[in-house]
Amino acid sequence: MGLLTFKGGIHPDDGKRLAKDRAVRTVLPKGELVYPLSQHIGAPASPTVSVGDQVSRGQKIAEAGGFVSAPVFTSVSGTVKAIEMRFNPAGAKVKSIVIENDGQYQEVPSEPPKLLDEMSKEEIVRLIGGSGIVGMGGAGFPTHVKLSPKEPDKIEYVIANCAECEPYITADYRRMLENPKELISGMRVLLKLFDNAKGVFAIEDNKPECIEIMSELIKEEPRMEVKVLKTKYPQGAERQLIFVTTGRAINSSMLPADAGCIVNNVETLIAIHTAVIAGKAVMERIVTVSGDAVREPGNFKVLFGTSCRELIEAAGGFKETPEKVISGGPMMGFAMHTVDVPVTKTSSSILCMSKDAVAANTPSACINCGRCVNACPSRIVPSRLAALAERHDEEGFKKMNGMECVECGSCSYVCPAKRPLKQAIGSMRKIALANMKKK
Amino acid sequence: MSGNFNISSSPHIRAQITTRDIMIYVLIALIPAACFGIFNFGISALTVIAVTTLSAVITEAVYQKLMHKRVTADDCSAAVTGLLLALNLPPAAPWWMCVLGSIFAILIVKQLFGGLGQNFMNPALGARCFLLISFTGRMTTFVYNDVVTSPTPLAAMKAGESVDVLDMLLGNTAGTIGETSAVAIMAGAIFLLVKGVIDLRIPGTYIASFVIFIILFGGRGLDGSYVIAQLCGGGLMLGAWFMATDYVTSPITKNGKILYGACLGILTGVFRLFGGSAEGVSYAIIISNLLVPLIEKLTLPKPFGKGGER
Repeated sequence: MGLLTFKGGIHPDDGKRLAKDRAVRTVLPKGELVYPLSQHIGAPASPTVSVGDQVSRGQKIAEAGGFVSAPVFTSVSGTVKAIEMRFNPAGAKVKSIVIENDGQYQEVPSEPPKLLDEMSKEEIVRLIGGSGIVGMGGAGFPTHVKLSPKEPDKIEYVIANCAECEPYITADYRRMLENPKELISGMRVLLKLFDNAKGVFAIEDNKPECIEIMSELIKEEPRMEVKVLKTKYPQGAERQLIFVTTGRAINSSMLPADAGCIVNNVETLIAIHTAVIAGKAVMERIVTVSGDAVREPGNFKVLFGTSCRELIEAAGGFKETPEKVISGGPMMGFAMHTVDVPVTKTSSSILCMSKDAVAANTPSACINCGRCVNACPSRIVPSRLAALAERHDEEGFKKMNGMECVECGSCSYVCPAKRPLKQAIGSMRKIALANMKKK
Repeated sequence: MSGNFNISSSPHIRAQITTRDIMIYVLIALIPAACFGIFNFGISALTVIAVTTLSAVITEAVYQKLMHKRVTADDCSAAVTGLLLALNLPPAAPWWMCVLGSIFAILIVKQLFGGLGQNFMNPALGARCFLLISFTGRMTTFVYNDVVTSPTPLAAMKAGESVDVLDMLLGNTAGTIGETSAVAIMAGAIFLLVKGVIDLRIPGTYIASFVIFIILFGGRGLDGSYVIAQLCGGGLMLGAWFMATDYVTSPITKNGKILYGACLGILTGVFRLFGGSAEGVSYAIIISNLLVPLIEKLTLPKPFGKGGER
């Protein structure tokens, strides 16, 4: 059988060799911890503590601001030092709770978890929502919303996104090697929610060790299977992932549930296990620290709120001053102007690059070569859409299917003229989406 | 480790290849045809190639300097245009015609429409057609083996004479500097295919549709040597592999490339069989260039999730 794949896509140097074989190390924070109230898509959480309050580890410090929102928990014990505007990794200033760590890690008392069989579906979803779990691959969509489709009976696939197609990042890879049972346990929870669903672990073929371990461990699980995908970016993009695993295609106006699918990434499934099976608050995640400017690239178990500066220090600090530091992957991550930002629920990696490929290349004229068309997984025409976007031709942009863009960046990557195509298209999409909401 | 790292929108990595690399690949791919032209026609061919290429590059640089624009002559696109024009000129072309052709290609066809990426017509072919109309005699006088006004194989065929197919494949015939040797052109074309600079969509459908047209309307039916002579004669090979595949003036959509190739094949057949001249490639390409916006509109791909995923 041929490997599962989709049309378009690119093959950048994956850079995973830097951190892939480094076992996960735990990093404990030293100074203050910062918890942005918006670590997810949707309404910001609202604080339930005030400056000066004593808090225990695992305590809720902000509650969900609506259905599409998520609460925030403190990962240390200590004192609430401030509730103020702080930079998040994406470069925006957002309201955040700052906690001075007392180093005691005194936990809030918690009840022993119930057995999965004793829990109702509603209870499970409520528990997941109440634990503040969001899509930890980077999107940050509140997981309980995803798990509440209109017709749960029509969900046929629960897909674990184990593709990890972004270059450099090896966090999910380490999770699959080091915590495969927790991952499967998370899947078991979701399969309990959807009676007619099959659990699929979709793994790229550049992770043979993971494929082997996962295949071995799910042998006795009749409702689970492993599917091997061709290594190609953006294999882990939701629409592409659904297509390669099920043969069903969704467009920008549809949800995965419309194709009978629910997609969650590895770290999210582990968080679901932590909340539902282990009965603990979700307060940490794996973050890959990598790039050629960092001394000892590796994978770290980090408490939410820890400063990226401390995390980079834990990885041996800078080997040389990087031109660029990225939160997330090099294809879709955010460039950070400072490392004084916290690790959040969606921080999959911190990449320190000695050279910035964007600054090194001056954009020149489009020569109509069509490489962007060949690379685009959404099968649209990026060069033309970028030109329409630059002219602010919103109607023309929508007519040429500009709204179908998933902002994977493949077009900008391949462009020989080094044009920032994704940036132009992405900006136009934001404007168009905002205008559509107004109407 | 304090602050102020570079900020930009994602993605933060870029593929190695640049516009300049692509142009250099095309120049490399034209070396076999150029060398064969010099070997076939002698030192006069070398002079034409040198003068035409150089004046194309100089025209671009001088224009951009005078217009206070960024001088981009080092992206090698003007050199590609100049070399392609040279390969489309007869070896006996006088120097002033070479210079005039290059100025027309770069100044009129390319820069006045906005420079690289903005021209709607292939600059080299635009200039060739300009010269053909302006100096018909000089452009169609071919000296070969010291025989003045030696007919090109296509002209001979049109006059009902027989031609040597092997000579046509190798290129030992009269014609423009770069068009005579199908073997040399193919060597360069294979290099471009391997490097991923071009794909088979345009040249493949061009050649296939032309062959079908010739078989149907050529009056010789399935005569293999006639078809091969038609393929190797005139500017078809050079045109199909190096001029029709010009990024700027060909459709960006995949199906558009196929439709464009079919237009080229049919138009070339019409001009060759029913036109006054034995040639037809240059006009077929520049006319098809004008159809590109329409072709792109007709062949806009279906997006993923709306039928385009398979």
